[in-house]
Amino acid sequence: MKYAYYPGCSLRGTGRAYEESLLAVFRALEVEVEEIDDWNCCGATTYMSVDELTSYALASRNLALAERDHSEIIAPCAACYLVLNKTQHYIRDYPDIKLVVTRALDAIGLKYHDKVRVRHPLDVLLNDVGPKAIAAKVKVPLNGLKIAPYYGCQIVRPYSTFDDQGDPTSMERLLEACGAKTVHYPLKTTCCGGSQKGTLPEVGLDLIHYLLSEAQKNGAEVITTVCPLCQFNLESFQKEAGDRHHPTAVPVLYFSQLLALALGAPADAIGLQRGFVPIGPVFANKEIAYA
Amino acid sequence: MPEISLLSGPEAVRVGFYVCHCGTNIGGTVDVKALAGYAASLPRVAVSRDYKYMCSDPGQALIEQDIADHKLNRVVVASCSPLLHEATFRRALGRAGLNPFFLQMVNIREHVSWVHLDKKAATEKAQDLVRAAVRRVALHKPLQKRRVDINPSVLVVGGGIAGIHAALTLADAGKQVYLVEREPTIGGHMAMFDKTFPTLDCAACILTPKMTAVGSHPNIKLWTYSEVVKVDGYVGNYKVQVKHKPRYVIDDLCIGCQECIAACVYKEGKTPDEFNLGLSKRKPVYLPFPQAVPQKVVIDRDTCIEFKSGKCKKTCIEACGDRLAIDFKQKETFDEIEIGAIILTTGFKTFAPERNPYSGYGRYPNVYTSLEVERLINASGPTGGEVILRDGKKPASVGIIHCVGSRDANTNRWCSKVCCMYSLKLAHLIKEHTGAEVFNFYIDMRTPGKGYEEFYDRLLDEGVHFVRGRVAEVSDWAVHPSEEGKLVIRAEDTLAGFVRRIPVDMVVLSVGLEPQADAQDVRRLFNISCASEGWFLERHPKLAPVSTFTEGIYIAGACQGPKDIPDSVAQAGAAAAEALALIDAKSVELEPYTASILEEECSGCKSCISLCPYQAIAFVEEKKRAYINEVLCKGCGTCVAGCPSGSIKQNFFEDEEIFEEIEGVLAYA
Repeated sequence: MKYAYYPGCSLRGTGRAYEESLLAVFRALEVEVEEIDDWNCCGATTYMSVDELTSYALASRNLALAERDHSEIIAPCAACYLVLNKTQHYIRDYPDIKLVVTRALDAIGLKYHDKVRVRHPLDVLLNDVGPKAIAAKVKVPLNGLKIAPYYGCQIVRPYSTFDDQGDPTSMERLLEACGAKTVHYPLKTTCCGGSQKGTLPEVGLDLIHYLLSEAQKNGAEVITTVCPLCQFNLESFQKEAGDRHHPTAVPVLYFSQLLALALGAPADAIGLQRGFVPIGPVFANKEIAYA
Repeated sequence: MPEISLLSGPEAVRVGFYVCHCGTNIGGTVDVKALAGYAASLPRVAVSRDYKYMCSDPGQALIEQDIADHKLNRVVVASCSPLLHEATFRRALGRAGLNPFFLQMVNIREHVSWVHLDKKAATEKAQDLVRAAVRRVALHKPLQKRRVDINPSVLVVGGGIAGIHAALTLADAGKQVYLVEREPTIGGHMAMFDKTFPTLDCAACILTPKMTAVGSHPNIKLWTYSEVVKVDGYVGNYKVQVKHKPRYVIDDLCIGCQECIAACVYKEGKTPDEFNLGLSKRKPVYLPFPQAVPQKVVIDRDTCIEFKSGKCKKTCIEACGDRLAIDFKQKETFDEIEIGAIILTTGFKTFAPERNPYSGYGRYPNVYTSLEVERLINASGPTGGEVILRDGKKPASVGIIHCVGSRDANTNRWCSKVCCMYSLKLAHLIKEHTGAEVFNFYIDMRTPGKGYEEFYDRLLDEGVHFVRGRVAEVSDWAVHPSEEGKLVIRAEDTLAGFVRRIPVDMVVLSVGLEPQADAQDVRRLFNISCASEGWFLERHPKLAPVSTFTEGIYIAGACQGPKDIPDSVAQAGAAAAEALALIDAKSVELEPYTASILEEECSGCKSCISLCPYQAIAFVEEKKRAYINEVLCKGCGTCVAGCPSGSIKQNFFEDEEIFEEIEGVLAYA
C-alpha cells in the first residue's frame, strides 16, 4: 500500500531534517509514500485561533486531495497531525462545520468523503512495519545511546489513536529496536512552551529549561522529538534558557534522524550536521560507527 | 380461526378489562377514561372499568365481584409491570374461582406513561397494547403451578466478611451450610486491614472470633482452597459440584504447628507473599497469616523444589514426623452437594493503578496502594506494623490520592464508596505511626454514614491537610531544590484556584473497587446477571437488593457493588434471612411455563438437546423422540424457537397466543 504523504510547512523549513530523515527511513524500510499534489497549509496555530472555519476548510482540502488516490495519509508534523484529526472529528460531529467545509470544497470542485485515515509516522513504523522488522535492518546499532523520548502534547492529546495519553511509549519501542536505551523521563508529554517564547519569553524559557535539565539529570545523552515546534524550542533557545537557569548541552533530534542513522543513512543526508548542540561527540563517545 | 368458536356458545369468552390510574403515574399521561371506553368497544369485552388503584383491596374486590356478577372468564389489567402485581391479580382471580392464568397484564406504566410525554400518542399506544392483550387472553388455557420440596441446606460462595456472616446466621438457625472459599483461608479483604473506620477498632479483633466460629461450627462445612465448578438444578433443589484443590497437606492430620515451615529447605522465603501483596516473601510451604482459618498449611507446587525436581530432602516431612500430614501425591478431589439456596459473597478486587500512568505506581518505589499500606500498618504485616519506605526510612510527608480508578471516564466511572473513609483512616494511622505531615487530595469528600462525618471532622482537627483537586501526576521531577529526591504531587487546588506542587516522601493511592476478574465466569456458572460494569445484578435496586433474577440465588457484599463492612454485613444478614424464608417454606411453587414436545411431530433431530441451557431435554431412544423434563425446564423458550419442525410448545407462550398478540398490536381498530 502506498501512503499519501503530507509534509506541511515545517518540514520544508525549520523541520527540514525531519523530512530528510523520515524519507530515508521510509526508503530503507520500503514504506512507499507519495506526496499529495498541491497540498496547502494545514490550518494550524494561527488560523485555528483566528478563524476556525477557514482552518477546517484548509485541512479538509488536504484530506480531500489525499482521498482521491489513497486510503491513509501520513502527517509527520505534530500540528498537522492534530489539525487533520481534529478536522475529521469536527466534520463528523458538527453538521454546521460540515456544511461550511462542503461548500468551500464544492467551490473548487472537490469532495470529502471521510474515507482517509490520518496516521502518524510513529504509528506506521510501529504497527505497520514493526520493531522486529526494523531491528532486522539495523546497520549501525545505537550502542546503548541514552535517549529521553519527548512527545510533546499534540500527538497524544486529545486524540490518542495509537498510544497512551499520559505515558506514550512508541518512540521507546522503535529506538530500542535500534539498540538505543531510553531513560526515565517524566516530562515526556509536558508543554514545550509552544509559542510562549514569542509572547511571554520567561514562561517559555522556564518550560524549555525544565525539559532540558530533567533529561540531562536523568542521564539522557540526546532528546528525541516528533514535533518541529518542540525541536525548535528545545534546540534554538537552549542557550538562552541555560543563561536564565543553568547551562545544559543536550542535542535535540527528531526520532527519525536516529532511526535513519541506524538504518545506514549518511549523517549529512539526514541533517545531523546542522544541530546547534553538536551530536558528533556523543556518537563518538558511544562508538557509533555511522556513515 | 379459534377466535370464532370462542365468540359464542356456552364457553364464550367474556373479558373483564380494568385500567389503573396509579394516582397520576398513569392517569397523568394516559387518558384512562378513554382507554376504558375503547376497551368496552372491543369484541368479547363484557365489562370495562377504570379505577384509581387497581392493586388496592377495593380494586381487587372489584374484579372478584365482576367475575361473579358478569360471569367473566378472562381478565385483562392495564397497569404496571407484571413483575410487580401479576401475582396480586392472579390471586384475585383464584379467589373468585377462576384459573389464575386466565389473566393478562398490560404494562402501560413502565412501557407507556413513564416513557412518553404526549398524552394523545400515549393513549393510542396504550390502546394498541390493550387490543393485543384482549385478543391474546381469549386463547389462554388453564394452567397449574407445580409444587416441589426444598432442600434445607445452603451454599455460601466466598469467605470474606459477608460470606462469614451469612454462613454463621444460617448455621445458628440450625441449617446445614457449605462455605466454599478459593483461597487457603477465609477472612477476605477484611483480614488484611489493621483498623476499621470510623471507630478504629482492630479488624482482626472483630473478625477472627467470627472466623474461628465458622471453623468450629457443627452446622458449617468449610471448604477452603476449593471452587464451585458446576451448578445444576433449580430453586430449592440445586446440585453443585465443588473442586478441592490439593494443598498437599491432609486437612484432618495437619494441626497447624508450622514445624514444616521452619524446617523447609528454603531458609528464607523467596516467593512474593500474596497476603502481604508482595511486600514480604514466603516459603513454598506457608500459612497465609497467623489467624488463618483453617490453621492448615499449604504447599505451593509452583515454587516447591520437590515438585520442580523431585530431589528435595523433604525436611518438611521429617518435621511433620508421625503425623504424616504432608502428601505430595495429593490430587484434586470433587464433592457433589445438594442444596436449596445459594448465597454469593465473592467480593471485589482493587483497581490496578498501573493502568493509570499518572499515578506513578510501578515506576516510583515509594508509591503504594492503600491496601499495601494497610499491610504496612498491620502489626502482623511485613514490617511488623511500622510505616516505613522501601529503603527502611520513615516518611516525613505522605500524600494520599483519592479516587484512583474511580469517578474517572478513562477507567471506572463509579464512586467506590469506601475510599474517602479508608483514606481518612489511613491518614490518621499514618500520622499516629510516623508523625508525618499528611495531605489528602480529593475530588469531593463523601462521608455519609453513622459517625463518618464526625470522623472527618476529627481528622481536620488532627491537622491532616486536605487539598480539593484531582491529581494530575506524581513524578520525581524537581523544579525547586526542596523537591529534590521527593515525589512531587501536582494537582489543581480548585478551592484556592491554582496549581499546587507538593513534595512528599510517600504516596498512597486510594484505589477503587472493581468486580472480580472472573465475575463474568461466576455469573455464567450460577446463571445470574451482571450490570454493565460487571457487578452482580440485584433483582430490584431498592426492593430486592439481595435477590437475583434466578430464584434461590442471593448476592451480598461487594460482589454486588462497592460496599464497606457495615453494609456488607447488613446485606449478608439480609441474604441469609431471604434464604431462610425460602427454605423454611419447605416447598416452592414453580411457574408452569414449561415446554413440552409434541410427540407426533418431533422428527428426533436432537437439535433442541444442545440448545437447552438447563440440560432438561433428553432423547428417548425407543421412541426416537426428544423428551423435556418438566422439573428441570425453566421455560426460557430457546428450544421452542430453535425446533426446526415447530414441534415444541411452551405453556403460556403458545404460537397462537403470541401470533394473536402480534396481530392485536398491528391491527387498526
